[in-house]
Amino acid sequence: MMRLLLILCVLAAPVWAVQPDEVLNDPALEARARALSKDLRCLVCRNESIDESNAELARDLRILVRERLVEGDSDPQVIDYVVARYGEFVLLRPLSGGSNMVLWLTGPAAFFIVLLFAAIYVRRRSSTGSQAAIELSSDEQKRLTEILKD
Amino acid sequence: MITELGHFALILAALTALVQAIIPLIGAHKQWPRWMAVAEPAAGIQFLLTAFSFAALTYAFVVSDFSLRLVSLNSHSLKPMLYKISGTWGNHEGSMLLWVLILTLFGAMLAWFGGNLPPSLKARALAVQAAIACAFFAFILFTSNPFLRLAVPPFDGEGLNPLLQDPGLAFHPPFLYLGYVGLSMAFSFAVAALLEGRVDAAWARWVRPWTLAAWIFLTIGIALGSWWAYYELGWGGFWFWDPVENASFMPWLLAAALLHSAIVVEKREVLKSWTILLAILAFGFSLIGTFIVRSGVITSVHAFANDPERGVFILVILAVFMGGALTLFAARASVMEAKGLFGVVSRESMLVMNNVLLAVACLVVFVGTIWPLVSELLFDRKLSVGPPFFNLAFTPFMVLLGLIMPIGAMTPWKRGKIYNALRQLLPAFVLALALMGLVWAMQSGRSLLGPVGVFLGVWMICGSAVDIMSKTGRGTMTSRIGRMWRLPRADWGKAVAHGGLGVTIFGIAGLMAWEQDDIRVARIGQTFTVGAYELTLNDVKDVQGPNYIATTADVVLSQNGEVISLLRPEKRVYPVSGMPTTEAAIDYRFLRDVYVVIGDAQAGGGYTVRTYIKPFTNWIWAGALLMALGGALSLSDRRYRVAAGARNTATSRVPAE
Repeated sequence: MMRLLLILCVLAAPVWAVQPDEVLNDPALEARARALSKDLRCLVCRNESIDESNAELARDLRILVRERLVEGDSDPQVIDYVVARYGEFVLLRPLSGGSNMVLWLTGPAAFFIVLLFAAIYVRRRSSTGSQAAIELSSDEQKRLTEILKD
Repeated sequence: MITELGHFALILAALTALVQAIIPLIGAHKQWPRWMAVAEPAAGIQFLLTAFSFAALTYAFVVSDFSLRLVSLNSHSLKPMLYKISGTWGNHEGSMLLWVLILTLFGAMLAWFGGNLPPSLKARALAVQAAIACAFFAFILFTSNPFLRLAVPPFDGEGLNPLLQDPGLAFHPPFLYLGYVGLSMAFSFAVAALLEGRVDAAWARWVRPWTLAAWIFLTIGIALGSWWAYYELGWGGFWFWDPVENASFMPWLLAAALLHSAIVVEKREVLKSWTILLAILAFGFSLIGTFIVRSGVITSVHAFANDPERGVFILVILAVFMGGALTLFAARASVMEAKGLFGVVSRESMLVMNNVLLAVACLVVFVGTIWPLVSELLFDRKLSVGPPFFNLAFTPFMVLLGLIMPIGAMTPWKRGKIYNALRQLLPAFVLALALMGLVWAMQSGRSLLGPVGVFLGVWMICGSAVDIMSKTGRGTMTSRIGRMWRLPRADWGKAVAHGGLGVTIFGIAGLMAWEQDDIRVARIGQTFTVGAYELTLNDVKDVQGPNYIATTADVVLSQNGEVISLLRPEKRVYPVSGMPTTEAAIDYRFLRDVYVVIGDAQAGGGYTVRTYIKPFTNWIWAGALLMALGGALSLSDRRYRVAAGARNTATSRVPAE
């Protein structure tokens, strides 16, 4: 399956990303199309957006996005339109609902939890922390000072 | 014949590793010096055997011995010599052999230059290193043997993927592997210390140079890979947040955290168990990276040999080493009691903050990388996690890191007064704020990216300069500058590396905020304007390369009527694989790159031409090089050279060469 996809990508190759004939005349609309394309995945490629991809299917999607924009769709409407046809897989920016909450909240949650632990640790070491009494043997101490000497 | 010798040497190396993994470990446990002493010659022999094996494979590629399955699949007689040699590691089997070669190299370096280590620690570290080697020798011999012959050799090979036919292949993987695999040293030292049951300042001082070296190589490797992608892939992206890139980035983040926490252990004997954990996890992420790259469970643009059976094998290696090390850690972590005390405002707590940010950033990258897999397995949701997610979820941690870095770098140890550091940094802060305001006022859009990038860049670079100046004490400017040059190299290393990070952050923000592009059909002789530049498509002609046919365009780049340079973008087709590649033409300048790509001839005449103006792109890699240079300066500091063992004690032996 993977190999087939790769072959598809290769066969479609001599088309290079956005083509001049795809570009819309209205620069504002074109800028929106480019921004949207960067968030949509080329389905037959390996982790490329349709803005970068050379595949035929990516070209079709780029044209589709531009058609919807010319029709007067808003950005979210275009995204919904594409997702309705190609599924959630097409989004490079994953939705935040449902199980994806875990994905989006991992960073902030982990940060605050780790920060809390770090704060507790720092507080303990700064106040009553017990002075550990594992002393080096005299031999080791000698070696250590020798190494530390510079 | 040479091939068979190489194969045989590889098997012998595996057996040597097996011996080295067992005998010294028992010796260290029972305190038998002779058994411990086995480790050193074994590490040397293991390396020499693997090196011979690797040389044999390289020879097969150089002479195009197509009776070797690997060579016939990945090489071609018409390929230029550079790519015949670098093609040795341009495939799964060969790159795995390079991987273990570097693993054994690190082991041998430890055996040869680790003269001042306590014999039992050294024996244990070498045994752990050999155990890792055993696992990977088995992986190569049983699932990815590069020395398999073909019964009927083909007349010619199938050629190397044209994207890989680039000088980048010669340098990027070796550096990356030196970094990846170098982290195995930190792992081996951590496990050895857990077995010994003690971690002290001396341990941190031994482990830090190895981590630093690995981190330097990883920095260079990632930067080279990013630059390669920039000029080769045809649209000038430098980072794609692709699983394979993340695989190299996660160990980098953790190695950076480890470098900093090892300083705390070395100077203050606190954060010991955390440092050990980091050392284990950093190498764990190297193994995860290997799994991601080679198993094919996560789709990536950097397609390598994808084979589920190999994936399972690596997963088992990962489970055994991480499971074993973490169990050992859980059992022994309580032994490592911290010694020093420090205040809430101190270098120690600042470095704790550095570790928090780097570790959480790494976690975000990890979760984002594996989420498509998790989501499909657990929730039956097939989805993608792409650059928009990472840009949003990862960047805040780097911004925070950049904000506190100059302050943390100047906060004194133990119980500091932050006021003093803040006072010295005030000019840098004001300058950064002023430039941010200026940029904010000048730019047309409302994007925060540019101004924030400018602020962070100026703040971090000037902060590093203030840091180094603050160490020169009082007196006239001339005497302070004179003293500045005599500061320890570690101080310089720190300032240069920190400044380098500032340069990179500024470059990334500048490129992302102010890039311009233009896509059009240009006829021959036509002049068009992009941003402040005029481009003229002078000519397009077909050129025959050594193993490809190229369509080359002559594009004149000028500004205000003055010619700046002549650019020759190419489009190549490699007949052996039938695959096209783009060779962008780039006019590199200090403040911006102009990046031109030639596309197809159009039916109505003319050619597709893509032009990008990319501000501050070079700063991204210049910053990475500065970070590496800073690391190298630190590494060359006298205290490590002293620690690295000019001393010969009765317990250290002459290397077996």
